[in-house]
Amino acid sequence: MSTTPTSTTTSSNGIAYLEFEKPLERIERQIEELEASQTVTGRDHSAMIRTVRGELLAARRKLYSNLDPWETVQMARHPKRPLTPDYLNLMVRDFVELRGDKNFRDDRAIITGFGRIGNLKCMFIGHNKGRDTKERLENCFGMAHPEGYRKALLKMRLAEKFGLPIVCLIDTAGAYPGIQSEERGIAHAIAVNLMEMPRIRVPIVCVVIGEGGSGGALGIGVGDRVAIMEHAYYSVISPEGCAAILWKSAEHAKTAAHALKFTGRDLLKLKLIDDVIKEPLGGAHRDPATAAASLEKYIVDTLRDLKRVKTDTLLKRRYARLRQLGSYFESQSAPPSKPKASKAGVKRARVIKPETPVETQAQAVPV
Amino acid sequence: MAKVEVPEGLWLRCQGCSKMIFRKVLEENLLVCPECSYHYRVDARTRVGQLTDPGTFEEFNADLVSTNPLNWTDSIPYAKRMAAAQEKTGLTEAVLTGRAYIKGRSIILAVMDPFFVMGSMGSVVGEKVAAAIERATDENLPAVILTCSGGARMQEGLISLMQMAKTSAAIARHDTQKGLYITVMTDPTTAGVAASFAFLGDVIIAEPKAMIGFAGPRVIWNTVKAELPEGFQTAEFMQEHGYIDRIVPRADLRNEIARIIDYCGK
Repeated sequence: MSTTPTSTTTSSNGIAYLEFEKPLERIERQIEELEASQTVTGRDHSAMIRTVRGELLAARRKLYSNLDPWETVQMARHPKRPLTPDYLNLMVRDFVELRGDKNFRDDRAIITGFGRIGNLKCMFIGHNKGRDTKERLENCFGMAHPEGYRKALLKMRLAEKFGLPIVCLIDTAGAYPGIQSEERGIAHAIAVNLMEMPRIRVPIVCVVIGEGGSGGALGIGVGDRVAIMEHAYYSVISPEGCAAILWKSAEHAKTAAHALKFTGRDLLKLKLIDDVIKEPLGGAHRDPATAAASLEKYIVDTLRDLKRVKTDTLLKRRYARLRQLGSYFESQSAPPSKPKASKAGVKRARVIKPETPVETQAQAVPV
Repeated sequence: MAKVEVPEGLWLRCQGCSKMIFRKVLEENLLVCPECSYHYRVDARTRVGQLTDPGTFEEFNADLVSTNPLNWTDSIPYAKRMAAAQEKTGLTEAVLTGRAYIKGRSIILAVMDPFFVMGSMGSVVGEKVAAAIERATDENLPAVILTCSGGARMQEGLISLMQMAKTSAAIARHDTQKGLYITVMTDPTTAGVAASFAFLGDVIIAEPKAMIGFAGPRVIWNTVKAELPEGFQTAEFMQEHGYIDRIVPRADLRNEIARIIDYCGK
């Protein structure tokens, strides 16, 4: 017999479906019923089951390759989604955690330490949202305080001293918005990281593995390559926050999610990130080992490339990469009172530095 | 014409002390209340006039405008919002950059405008600030930036967030070349601008009572669900916690900047 009855289908891994995944659940239910009736009645439904399984696979492929931005947010925030420690367990050998900012305390929202990936020795830095309630509370749900960013920088300096490349795994709703966070200079801590990361003299690879929330993400997000997992998102503000400010109601979060263009696909088009890392069908949480394998391959391949580059060249390129981020043009007449000027000007956009070709300039694709 | 946050008129009621003030007196006093020292917000052009030696400001990149890369529309289209801001302020964007002199000392200056879409930072602000800092590095001049901003401009999405990294990288380069960088935080300096070039000054100055912080007070309140301390997120609060070198009243800014430049060489 090709099929055996099981209470939960292997495809769902016992993980509850999100609202937009419900159509899949119906097909799975159908398969379960067929299997059950096969056992009870002894009739052979295997042909039918095969057909429905085919349908299920087709439906899943279709669904997950076309997630809209709001669905992507649900995936990125999925409670079962692999976190930094999961990826470290699955792809890093001999992880040596190094704690504390040597100044105030050890912020559990960001974990740092030595580890081996492929045959490379690296420094790993990543947000940790926490798995159970206790850990989530301890870690402030992965929202770091200033000492988290200072700890990250301290470990980056350590990596630089011993020539170890740096891998940053980003997964946070944002830096912690609290009284003590402000008192201890959260803005200052993030700013300092943004100033120091461009001149750390070892390769830096950053990957958004879940939520890339604003300054809290960018605070460990400056590097030679920045990638994002297929169902992660990276945004200047949460869709809820954006809706509350610009639409005056958090209920418009879905609308804001569409407007913000923060999925991997959009960010690639806008040339804000370098790569999108494929996830297993149904998302990283349905097959963490495969997700970790893709991430590992990306990190190892990228670091091998970067290690071949001379440090001075690496830093020049890192600066150039940051420097070209933006989308603007020089209007010919710049009339402040003519609203049409910007629209019309897009077509005759003049490049800012005449000696650089248009392609290298920051001409993000108007979508 | 100075734009204060009060209706036009010959007289106005001070927002700080509620006394009636003659507008002309307020303007002559650099938009600081002569009674209670309340510092009104100052538009970028007026600020340049207050700060620099007369006639010395030479603007850079005056014509840069955003491409509206996300083709954004919220309650109103971004293009319309920009046009309205340009109409209201007479500026093309939320920052003015250029070369100027302060008490005879040559500097590269950037001044943000609180009235242009809340001084928010999109592609153009990021580019103008980064270009100005590069200019300061290349010409071996001090960079002085007067910040005021609600943060990154949401209407340009992640591109705006990346301006934080871009401007900070330019400052790193300036710092490596031993360039001097002075920031003057004015009301309000928050979020993405606070968490990038505003807090990276070699010397950080703030105007009295300016609001300075990262997260908005409402967001914080929603997280902690508790009363925020008295004077939370003001210049004085940030100085007490060790993040501001000096709080300087507006009338003394020219002097203070010149003094610091003299100490730091260049």
